[in-house]
Amino acid sequence: MITDAPRIITSRFDNADSFTLAGYEATGGYQALRKALSMGPAAVADEVKTATLLGRGGAGFPAGVKWGLAPENVWPRYLVVNGDESEPGTYKDRLLMERDPHQLIEGVLLACYAIGCGQAFLYVRGEMAVAQERIAAALNDAYAAGYVGKNILGSDFSVDVVLTWGAGAYIVGEETALIESLEGNRGMPRLKPPYFPAAKGLYMQPTIVNNVETLSNLPWIVTNGGEAFAALGAETSRGTRMFAVSGHVKNPGVFEVEYGVTTFRDLIFAPQYAGGILGDRALKAFIPGGASAPWFFEEHLDLPLEKVTVDRAGSMLGSGAVVVMDETTDAVKACLRVVRFFARESCGKCTPCREGTTWLENILQRIQDGYGRPTDLDLLLDVSDNISPGIAWPPKQTTICPLGPSAVSPIASALQRFRPEFEARIAYAQEARHSIPVTITKASSHG
Amino acid sequence: MARLTNDNVELAREIIGRYPRPKSALIPLLHLAQEQDGHLTDEAMAHIGELVGVSSAEVLGTASFYEMFKMETVGRYMVNICTNISCQLRGGEELLAHAEKTLGIRPGQTTSDGLFTLEDVECIAACTEAPCLQVNYRYEHRISNEGFDQLVNDLRAGRRSDIPSHGVLAEVRQHIPEDRRAGVVTPEDKAVPVWIAAAGEGDK
Ligand SMILES: Cc1cc2nc3c(=O)[nH]c(=O)nc-3n(C[C@H](O)[C@H](O)[C@H](O)COP(=O)(O)O)c2cc1C
Ligand code: SF4
Ligand code: FES
Repeated sequence: MITDAPRIITSRFDNADSFTLAGYEATGGYQALRKALSMGPAAVADEVKTATLLGRGGAGFPAGVKWGLAPENVWPRYLVVNGDESEPGTYKDRLLMERDPHQLIEGVLLACYAIGCGQAFLYVRGEMAVAQERIAAALNDAYAAGYVGKNILGSDFSVDVVLTWGAGAYIVGEETALIESLEGNRGMPRLKPPYFPAAKGLYMQPTIVNNVETLSNLPWIVTNGGEAFAALGAETSRGTRMFAVSGHVKNPGVFEVEYGVTTFRDLIFAPQYAGGILGDRALKAFIPGGASAPWFFEEHLDLPLEKVTVDRAGSMLGSGAVVVMDETTDAVKACLRVVRFFARESCGKCTPCREGTTWLENILQRIQDGYGRPTDLDLLLDVSDNISPGIAWPPKQTTICPLGPSAVSPIASALQRFRPEFEARIAYAQEARHSIPVTITKASSHG
Repeated sequence: MARLTNDNVELAREIIGRYPRPKSALIPLLHLAQEQDGHLTDEAMAHIGELVGVSSAEVLGTASFYEMFKMETVGRYMVNICTNISCQLRGGEELLAHAEKTLGIRPGQTTSDGLFTLEDVECIAACTEAPCLQVNYRYEHRISNEGFDQLVNDLRAGRRSDIPSHGVLAEVRQHIPEDRRAGVVTPEDKAVPVWIAAAGEGDK
């Protein structure tokens, strides 16, 4: 269902001066902060709880609940903003940081005020130079104007917001790896327990890690109330959400739509969104929530963009990344590219992930190169099963973080659906091998 | 050569001063060194180790984990072409092949004039703008083969002053004015935050 829900987080995107302090103040900027200071921290936290704001970073954990997981009476607490956006297909946090940095900063301040964070660290992906620049400029202006730092707007609320940035590693998006990186270490996920950074995070202190989009919603929620937010959407998925629709569509783009009710079909086909498949070709498959998500097909198009519904259907909305593949897509090639990503980005700490993803890549590479063996498909499934027993959804964990098991589900879903295509590729390779006397000039390092 | 300059040491001290633990400044400081020299030198890493109080081995241990840190000389322009799934579907691999031809190098290599290094990279968060690339982490969206050649010509001719040389990231830095600073909060600062205590929520 396409609705006329207001744009909550992208409302300034069309303004030329959206990233400046003047542009922000002229459009209601920092009014939520003023309001919050008169409400008190507990009331602000309550509004966020009422809103049922699900985290927008991938896991979809309710922000209000997460904040409540910080153990009572343990100080100091920290806020860490996850601006490491790097899940393939995902493009929204960068937009929020580049086009509306003050909205994010105000969100950070509201969270710190409600939770009682002594200091906030805004971690931006290393490769995003412009986002870093815009946030640095916005912070400098916000400090000068009295919105950030000591005695904010003359109140007893004081907090420094520190811009910090990474240096290229997908895994640093995982919250405990992000914290390691922020401590100056290699960005490797931490062994659990402790299970939640909210209990023990940065410097082993209670730390709330929230995604950029999650926090960007806070000014609207405080201004309009948690109930107004919860009135939008359906089931567990409230408010609006940004989705990047990429791949084989006529009008690729990032769209803020009402959460929970808009469907995949709306998003992919409606003229105001992605406008249908390129060349009016048929749909082959689509990724509903980033490279880690199992693929969806024609029969899933009418599912609403609702967390629990999509989880139950066997995939996830993840980071709001919808990647559309039309009928001309080579499933083997697409799978290989996804697996190569995981193999490259595995931090190497756990054997099933490090070795398993590498083998998945090697096997798929040789199928792609025309050296596939009839046993390869079962071998792919066997390796997958070793990484994540049962190849179930959600994937069983054998590793420290979900990266390794995440590599398995998309491949398994594609293989299950397009097995004949994989088999044909292998059969063709076998035949070609036996009918033509080949001199192999390109050594396959993967054989 | 290649220890941090005095100006950069001053900047480094300012950056370190924002974190509860000096080692947390490591990645920003490594970027500062890379900005100064175009890549990371042993001397700069040792110097950074002195500034934050860890061994050079620890500095290298962190630096070597991250793809953006280069231990060898690279081109003045790092050309990163995304071939991940969204871009693959919209011609990212073809763009990479074209770039290889235009520049005469393979991914990971640098042109003999030292101007360009080419890389085949993972998703750079511009998926709806495919095919896309970054030059020194500045974006070019929906770029055609002709557009790529034009870009290369412009860079060669010095017509892209908006793209600084490799190592320079944000050209605006955060600066916290002394009179506005709330101050670093270390794990040892166990006091209930003032505004929480004042709201009578200290026991929450
Ligand atoms: C492998 C991996 C990569 C992740 N990458 C990101 C990321 O780039 N950005 C992000 O916000 N969350 C990412 N996450 C999720 C974070 O661990 C964390 O759940 C999130 O930042 C919490 O914020 P939220 O509750 O506001 O969504 C990733 C998780 C995993 C396992
Ligand atoms: S699952 Fe992979 S990425 Fe995650 S900690 Fe283990 S080796 Fe590292
Ligand atoms: S897949 Fe190329 S930018 Fe995301």
